[in-house]
Amino acid sequence: MLHIVNKSPFDTGSLASVLRVAKKDGGAVLLIEDGVYAATKNSATEASLKAAGMPVYVLQPDADARGLQSRLMDGVNMVDYGGFVDLVAGHDNVQSWL
Amino acid sequence: MSDDMDFEEGGTIKKFMFVNRKAPYGTIYALEGLEVVLISAAFDQDVSLAFVDDGVFQLVKGQKTDGIEMKNFSPTYRALEGYDIEKLYVDRESLEARGLSEDDLLVDVQVMSAAEMGDMMAQQDVVISF
Repeated sequence: MLHIVNKSPFDTGSLASVLRVAKKDGGAVLLIEDGVYAATKNSATEASLKAAGMPVYVLQPDADARGLQSRLMDGVNMVDYGGFVDLVAGHDNVQSWL
Repeated sequence: MSDDMDFEEGGTIKKFMFVNRKAPYGTIYALEGLEVVLISAAFDQDVSLAFVDDGVFQLVKGQKTDGIEMKNFSPTYRALEGYDIEKLYVDRESLEARGLSEDDLLVDVQVMSAAEMGDMMAQQDVVISF
């Protein structure tokens, strides 16, 4: 399952719930919109993403728009809109967390 | 149901899960989610509801909304059975973190661990969040 998070982890608990509940086997996390802030280097959320136990993807245009280009943590995978589509098509199911 | 497909009506039965993660009256999500659940029942799909985080507050007994001039929609959860929606899953950690137990809930549910909930989600064809 691809878990899509679009809210800042400093504003809502969506990402924390994904990391707590999501089945890691076959799972992946895609951060879009304000969700991308979670992948900021040296942030309070960096460690939890590193311990996610599943691949973490960041939508590059959203990161770029927020000035995060050079501020992203290591270990996350950048994707463009085409990559977003590939991720959706490449997983059995998708959950957009509110 | 042993097969994924049901050709009786020429349609496919999919596993739909509605994930409720918000408290009932502060936002419209819970009520809107419930409306969608009821609509989905009309399409004879394999529907389940999950209650995680503040979503567990939707099921608390004793809701009384006269004072806030909003509809108390909590009795509707008890009516779901009549629409053949009987799979109600509740995240145990979310309950416990809010000082609640199964006895505080107004309908029969399956209380489960985060891992079990994650497994349930992974088995679905469609997951919709409210």
